[in-house]
Amino acid sequence: MSLDNVPEHDEDAAAPAGEYRPRDFKVVGTRPLRPDGIDKVTGKAMYGADFYAPGMLVGKMLRSPHAHARIVRLDTSKATALPGVKAVMTAADFPAPRNIEAKDVGHHIMAHDQVLYDGHAVAAVAATSEAVAKQALKLIDVEYEVLPHVVDVDEAVKPGAVIVREGQRNKKVPDGYSDNCSGWYECGHGDVEAGFAKADLIVERSFKTASTHQGYIEPHACLASMGPDGRADLWCCTQGHYGVRRMCAGILGMEQSQLRVTASEIGGGFGGKTTVFIEPVALKLSEKAGRPVKIVMSREEVFRATGPTTSSSTDVKIGMTRDGKITAATAMCRYEGGAWDNWTVNMGVQSAFASYDLEAVKSQGVNVLTNRPKQAAYRAPGTPQATYAVESVMDELCQKLELDPIDTRLKNAAREGTKAAYGPTYAKIGLVELLEAAKAHPHYSAPLEPGVSRGVSNGFWFNFGGETCVSLALNFDGTITLIEGNPDIGGSRAAMTMMAAEELGVAYEKVRTLVADTASLGHNETTHGSRVTFAVGLATIKAARAAKAEMCRRAAKFWGIDPDAVEWVDGCARATGHNAGDFEPMPIEKIAKDSPSTGGPIVGHHEVTAEGAGVSFGVHLVDLKVDPETGFTEVVRYTVFQDAGKAIHPSYVEGQLQGGAAQGIGWALNEGYIYGADGCLQNPGFLDYRVPVASDLPRIDTVILEIPNPGHPYGVRGVGETGIVPPLAAITNAVSRNIGVRMNALPMSPPAIRAAIKSKG
Amino acid sequence: MPVVQIFGSFRAFTDGRAEVTVKGTTFKQVLDALAHDWPALAPVIDEGVSLAIDGRMIKDSWFEPVREDSEVVLMPQMQGG
Amino acid sequence: MSKIHVTTTINGDETELLVRPDETLLEALRDDLRLTGTKEGCGTGDCGACSVTLDGRLVCACLVLGAEVDGKDVETIEGIADGENLHVIQTKILEHAALQCGVCTPGIIVATKALLEKNPDPSETEIRYWLAGNLCRCTGYDKIINAVMDAAAEMRGA
Repeated sequence: MSLDNVPEHDEDAAAPAGEYRPRDFKVVGTRPLRPDGIDKVTGKAMYGADFYAPGMLVGKMLRSPHAHARIVRLDTSKATALPGVKAVMTAADFPAPRNIEAKDVGHHIMAHDQVLYDGHAVAAVAATSEAVAKQALKLIDVEYEVLPHVVDVDEAVKPGAVIVREGQRNKKVPDGYSDNCSGWYECGHGDVEAGFAKADLIVERSFKTASTHQGYIEPHACLASMGPDGRADLWCCTQGHYGVRRMCAGILGMEQSQLRVTASEIGGGFGGKTTVFIEPVALKLSEKAGRPVKIVMSREEVFRATGPTTSSSTDVKIGMTRDGKITAATAMCRYEGGAWDNWTVNMGVQSAFASYDLEAVKSQGVNVLTNRPKQAAYRAPGTPQATYAVESVMDELCQKLELDPIDTRLKNAAREGTKAAYGPTYAKIGLVELLEAAKAHPHYSAPLEPGVSRGVSNGFWFNFGGETCVSLALNFDGTITLIEGNPDIGGSRAAMTMMAAEELGVAYEKVRTLVADTASLGHNETTHGSRVTFAVGLATIKAARAAKAEMCRRAAKFWGIDPDAVEWVDGCARATGHNAGDFEPMPIEKIAKDSPSTGGPIVGHHEVTAEGAGVSFGVHLVDLKVDPETGFTEVVRYTVFQDAGKAIHPSYVEGQLQGGAAQGIGWALNEGYIYGADGCLQNPGFLDYRVPVASDLPRIDTVILEIPNPGHPYGVRGVGETGIVPPLAAITNAVSRNIGVRMNALPMSPPAIRAAIKSKG
Repeated sequence: MPVVQIFGSFRAFTDGRAEVTVKGTTFKQVLDALAHDWPALAPVIDEGVSLAIDGRMIKDSWFEPVREDSEVVLMPQMQGG
Repeated sequence: MSKIHVTTTINGDETELLVRPDETLLEALRDDLRLTGTKEGCGTGDCGACSVTLDGRLVCACLVLGAEVDGKDVETIEGIADGENLHVIQTKILEHAALQCGVCTPGIIVATKALLEKNPDPSETEIRYWLAGNLCRCTGYDKIINAVMDAAAEMRGA
């Protein structure tokens, strides 16, 4: 075929290396208005709590006030008898779980014989109004026997610690760790002892980070409607409605085809909405009541009973020669993620030294259970915590050896051909280009005002591909409807529309992109892992190419020539070769209009498990000053450098970088879960869990590099997550230099900074 | 027969070896061979692993080709946010 | 529990409501009137997602009782555009890509309109402090500031 850019359909390869082709873009790289924008600025857009159904009941959950307790007695009879209450449920209403995911997720949602964290639900009701539902909760009789609890990561790993759940110890965990340790990971290469022996300076430090929350402004909300035949509809705000379907079907013992999930618009996720917290409960209540049930979490419930990040305690040791070469590096990461196993510490272990080309490196990690809610992802899960520790030690080495922080990172930077600390050899990556861009940027050479200090940090993230299905229909009027299955959390519908328009050679306005429900497309992996612009974009491009191929075939038939002699140019089928000039180019509108008669409606589609996502790096620079009297930190200037491969819609790439930086600044300076001696969360609200507000932040400048990812036709690299990785250490390094004390715990809130200044004497 | 590098914490299941040689020309054949040759690895592979093949992270593609001289690294499963 | 009869004006329309004594204006707008553009982010006045104006004054609807708006004028996000004509603030938010998930956007628009009515030429600092009561978790506020400054300039020039 002479059709440009139409790939051979290779049965045996998910994503052949070398997808990328350079081209002159017409639509990609511009900044059109997003298709869902008008609904969002007028209040028309429907989020999770914005759905109502006839006969709808209000669901509410009763939650434990204790961090760890045995349920001695649970009597729901008075609640069931209250007029207006149509259904009551407990964990006993869920069938035996069919897999580990159903087991752990279901258990986190509803307690069995013990409550394992402050906020752990024990029962739920559905009633005709919120007032009746609240009254019903008060009528549920629960007697608890309070048990000892453990919430601190370093307390939980100690032998002799309170055991959170029996039988959770992982076989790989070495001696000297408690039975709360559910996972052990390690990677590395080379001889670290020999490496340290070669160092002129070794810095060894320990760091702690508090748990943080993704802080999405929209609480979880859903509306479930199950019929007597066991078929159900579920509307919810989620990053992945196919994942919701799988988890709910697993927990309720349903077949996936019996449950149709529709994703509403979503008011933020950042990883925290990649699992379920209320949906199985709403479905079960709806089943029992025979009516739709709506559950909306309060903000307090969101903080207490959804999925915050792991908190961490990390030891890092790095040896360096006088001229800045790292000779050896080790890290030991201890993470807790609540009362259920998770593998987030593994990503910390793998990413800790990912930015460096090291001869000798050893990175280890343990996951320990605590009496806290089950952790969920938060942008680059596990990576900010480990990077914070490593990049802080790097800065201390640079400061003590009087070396430039960027030059030192350049000297040791991972590049193409480097064996990563976590194992594979890097293909083409952009870290060196980013460091050089940072070094050359006016921010780095700007003289520092009195009292202002500067901090630098690297960052890394893996990025993912995953299962993707896309369908691109040619409407009879020549417009295009693109359906995909990934909730839009950052402007991805705009990006898909642009890639389809680019590929088809039509105006952006002619393409409409919609996120379809689970019944409309094959499985789509959740919106996470910075996967959507990469994987859904790749599928969109291939669906468009399939449509183009079919449109060319139709034109060829019409003209009575060989299909190989037709190409697609600027939105038209055009004869080539010896037929060139014989026929007027046939525009998409005509092909569309004639399609019922030339073979039927034309739909291009593509299904794939996308691989080859390509890792991404980031470098952040920050200038700040600390008021030594109050301990208040003012961020004065902030610049983000990141490689996007190809920025499809530059404004939305900038948005990801700025948003990630803002979250990282909050994590560094103010955000953190505070637990009381009773193991209960002290600050489950936005007043005392202090996220950055508009007056806290300066402008966040962004520099986007474009080093194409060979695995994507346009070179796209995921960008959503890497931005949260560097801020923790960048801010810590600047604060440490500013006050002359190395900070080793987050958040660096004013009291913490004042204490550090005092300790200096 | 490709050489598979074993991620640190999996070496407990390969008698401490950092590298093992297995028979296979695709992602699935390599994983099946690992599970066969090192039975302690089988439950880990069942739960979910990734293979990095020539620097590309492959999460789950059975027919992804593996050449004789491919760099293959067995890695734990991961998740984004 | 007997309900309270309220007569009020919502976005210029005379509206009658029956509210519980403890029902907030936010609940009344969303659950009784199905005006779901005003969002609940926290229910305790910390996030600003439920920003509306009451007789021209910017308030959190979650901190106002439904019964309190009897005889008063309420303006919500649904009243900002004029039919199919977007307000300048709405247009600028779109042009500057100043929204990602959009859940804070109605509150930000209502708050911005209230600001520019009081102060048509705010500095960046004044904008940041005025909007400090409107949490945004997605954008880092940068593009929102650009949009507000651009809207202010256009409204002054118009």
